Amino acid sequence: MVIGAGVIGAACALYAARAGFTVTVVDSGPVAGGTSGAGEGNLLVSDKEPGPELELAMRSQELWRLLAAEGLGEGFEYEAKGGLVVAATASDFSALRAFAAAQEAAGVIADEVAADSLAEFEPYLAQGFAGGFWYPQDAQVMPALATARMLQASGAELFLGSAVTGLLTSGDGAVRGVRTTRGEIPARYVVNAAGLWSAAIAAMAGSALPVQPRRGFVLVTEPLPALIRHKVYSAAYVSDVASSDAALQSSAVVEGTPSGPVLIGASRERVGLDRTPSYEALQRLAAQAVEMFPFLERIDVQRYYCGFRPYLPDHLPAIGPDARIAGLFHACGHEGAGIGLAPATGELIAALLVGEKPQVDAEPFRPARFEEVEAA
Amino acid sequence: MSVTDPHFDVAVIGAGPAGMSAAATAAGHGLRVVLIDSGRQLGGQYFRHPAPGLTAPWLSKLRHGWSHFEQLAARIEASLRIDVLFEHQVWAIEPGFTVRTDRGPIAAANVVLATGSYERVVPFPGWDLPGVVTAGGAQALLKGNLVLPGQRVVVAGTGPLLLPVAAGLSVAGAKVLGLFEANPLRGYAKHPIPLLTNPSKLLEAADYARRFVGNRVPVRSGFIVIEAQGADSLEAVVVARPDGTGRRRIPCDALAIGYGLAPQIDLGLTLGCDHTLLADGTVALRVDTDQRTSIPDFYAVGETAGIAGVQTSIAEGAIAGLVIAGDRTGLKALRRRRDRQRTLADVIRTQHPIPPAWRDHLTPDTVVCRCEEVPAGAITEAVEHLGATDTRTVKLLTRAGMGWCQGRVCGYAIACLAGGGTPTDLLAAAKRPLARPVPLGVLAGQDQRNN
Ligand SMILES: Cc1cc2nc3c(=O)[nH]c(=O)nc-3n(C[C@H](O)[C@H](O)[C@H](O)COP(=O)(O)OP(=O)(O)OC[C@H]3O[C@@H](n4cnc5c(N)ncnc54)[C@H](O)[C@@H]3O)c2cc1C
Ligand SMILES: Cc1cc2nc3c(=O)[nH]c(=O)nc-3n(C[C@H](O)[C@H](O)[C@H](O)COP(=O)(O)OP(=O)(O)OC[C@H]3O[C@@H](n4cnc5c(N)ncnc54)[C@H](O)[C@@H]3O)c2cc1C
Repeated sequence: MVIGAGVIGAACALYAARAGFTVTVVDSGPVAGGTSGAGEGNLLVSDKEPGPELELAMRSQELWRLLAAEGLGEGFEYEAKGGLVVAATASDFSALRAFAAAQEAAGVIADEVAADSLAEFEPYLAQGFAGGFWYPQDAQVMPALATARMLQASGAELFLGSAVTGLLTSGDGAVRGVRTTRGEIPARYVVNAAGLWSAAIAAMAGSALPVQPRRGFVLVTEPLPALIRHKVYSAAYVSDVASSDAALQSSAVVEGTPSGPVLIGASRERVGLDRTPSYEALQRLAAQAVEMFPFLERIDVQRYYCGFRPYLPDHLPAIGPDARIAGLFHACGHEGAGIGLAPATGELIAALLVGEKPQVDAEPFRPARFEEVEAA
Repeated sequence: MSVTDPHFDVAVIGAGPAGMSAAATAAGHGLRVVLIDSGRQLGGQYFRHPAPGLTAPWLSKLRHGWSHFEQLAARIEASLRIDVLFEHQVWAIEPGFTVRTDRGPIAAANVVLATGSYERVVPFPGWDLPGVVTAGGAQALLKGNLVLPGQRVVVAGTGPLLLPVAAGLSVAGAKVLGLFEANPLRGYAKHPIPLLTNPSKLLEAADYARRFVGNRVPVRSGFIVIEAQGADSLEAVVVARPDGTGRRRIPCDALAIGYGLAPQIDLGLTLGCDHTLLADGTVALRVDTDQRTSIPDFYAVGETAGIAGVQTSIAEGAIAGLVIAGDRTGLKALRRRRDRQRTLADVIRTQHPIPPAWRDHLTPDTVVCRCEEVPAGAITEAVEHLGATDTRTVKLLTRAGMGWCQGRVCGYAIACLAGGGTPTDLLAAAKRPLARPVPLGVLAGQDQRNN
């Protein structure tokens, strides 16, 4: 049983079903009604420094390719389009070069692109960039469709509109199901993939998972022909992603979509669950996009949306068994990379359920790590 | 964020009857007013008129209550305290208030939202054929450009707007082959008081009835259009009772169809104003007796407070103008008039719901969202097989309502097909984060003013 019909819950359902489990998924709302329906679908390795998250991302990239090869990809607009990271100044460029070198050691393909070759990748890019790096492994999906199609492919039974209100345990303290607003549902294993609300589910087990919302705005333009070919963003983005500052950061990632609109995202700030529009965030995103692609100046933004990334203080997701209740697993806190990391997360959970050695080392993602910090 | 001068006492968004009345009243009491409209003329929908020089012999017959317009326009033009800004699209309003337009921000201490309404339509097979237009669209084309949508026209849908539309088309020389009102009209008999206390409305209705008899316009109630037929453009419409009986095919070259109006309140909703769901499924801003919304110093007048027609719009604009100016003279009488008219408007709303049977006549390939070309079958699939149990998720999974019109055309239909038209779905259909599209260059330099 998986709590949460977001992208993480969908991936857990899919890989658990493939490992032979009968799966049910409960969600208080519809499919992709949480963050997975309010983000973008960048599957990035380019923005990650070497370490556990990059390892998970590399495995995920592989699994996304396999899912696409199975024929699922068309249903969620999978595009292996690659990413172009551009540096505004010579010093940004050399920092980017060092970053890319470290990534290459971890298996990422990163090709240096000289200033005068940038136009071969992106003919409409502004002049004057010092250079860039080409990441052919970066890809893209439509996140809500990816969620819905993975759930559909899992064959899981869906209980939508049912909020989990408590965990049921048996005499020996192991989980035996959940209590929902529409009755009890029995299960031998329970996976907490409740995104932003995972902390509340963990608390039902007496465990601490300090998931917090990190807000992001995304601008959506009118539909355009494919003038922007890859994901394009500035080298400054990487430091924004890694930042733990609560204040507003933004560095635009610009990308076209198969249906036409260009997406420009996303800002990052920790302001709780406040949906009040921040015209400052919108302004910054617009200005950065126009700086990269001057032709966008005259293009209309049709709408914008905001979403909340499930943030954990060390920027790593929590994936693994609960410290207290046997049979309860957590898969949450993927912050701004949950779409990209979903399949590998699902695969990891499935391996842990079966008791097999996972493809990726699960140790760094131990959910109990936050309690150890507190205890220390 | 800094905002450039000048600082106005009142910003009125929308120069229709409601906005004109608010601006004229506030300025008449000494306040500095800016009146903003995306169009190029005063008047809004009701007082839409052709550009100077363009005229037709029948034009004067379309102009009801024209003297009201002339008086309001004269007061506005004569006032030194009103800046009129045409061709300014307001895309957002920030607390405080900063009115963000495509030509830069405008600061004002009070805001009056008078952005009117947009038409409601529901899909049916063939509704995307050339020759099918909305009722209000036909009216706007006629009043503004003196153009007819066709020569042999069927008018259909529901609501009082169908009457002036059929009459106008007929006056301008079209053959109106029939006016089909979806709802039976006998329900009005249950509400004699609101009708009798608004005698001008009764006279108006009688006047239309007389004209339809004179011009041989057949009027039928209890019929809806279930199909539009034609190869490349409209050749005929099929009308029937909602249950499909009484089918009749009417050859024609234009169909003007409208299922009533919905308040255009995205600016207020994004700002956080309280709203209210009305009997016909439309969402309006909630106002008190002084036209105040839940946000201090932010007023809603005319159609933004619920569809109620031109007289109410003018009265409400004046109420807001007086209240902002702090002058309560004459306020009581205005409020009484407004209340009487609103009581009738509420009755009219209950008599003209969209008959739910429109759903029964859809086929899987009937396009629901025309901007993104999403057929009814794709929406059914998302709901039944992909777990999309609400409007937002249907939109995400199918792109319905994500195109040019941002769901103004198909929002109601999607709300019904997705969640069965729950209040949450209907509210989602009324919300749009940007009231108008805004170029990235403007968004990037949104603090600069350029005229
Ligand atoms: C603006 C923005 C841009 C982003 N861009 C990207 C990107 O380009 N690439 C990328 O990889 N990631 C991106 N992300 C991050 C990504 O969207 C998230 O990491 C991911 O969606 C998290 O998925 P989830 O399944 O954990 O959470 P969710 O999608 O929020 O799913 C959790 C589900 O749990 C349900 N739930 C909660 N509590 C209960 C309960 N008690 N009972 C039952 N159900 C419950 C909720 O209803 C919800 O459906 C972005 C995020 C934002 C906000
Ligand atoms: C297409 C159409 C045709 C109609 N025809 C008739 C008719 O023939 N007879 C009848 O009795 N009623 C008609 N109505 C109803 C009519 O709206 C009301 O009777 C009356 O005009 C409402 O007055 P108002 O001032 O509230 O709004 P409106 O007259 O609609 O004025 C609103 C004004 O706000 C402006 N505006 C809206 N949003 C923005 C923005 N974001 N930025 C800048 N400006 C903005 C518009 O350009 C418009 O000028 C029609 C309605 C519609 C939608």
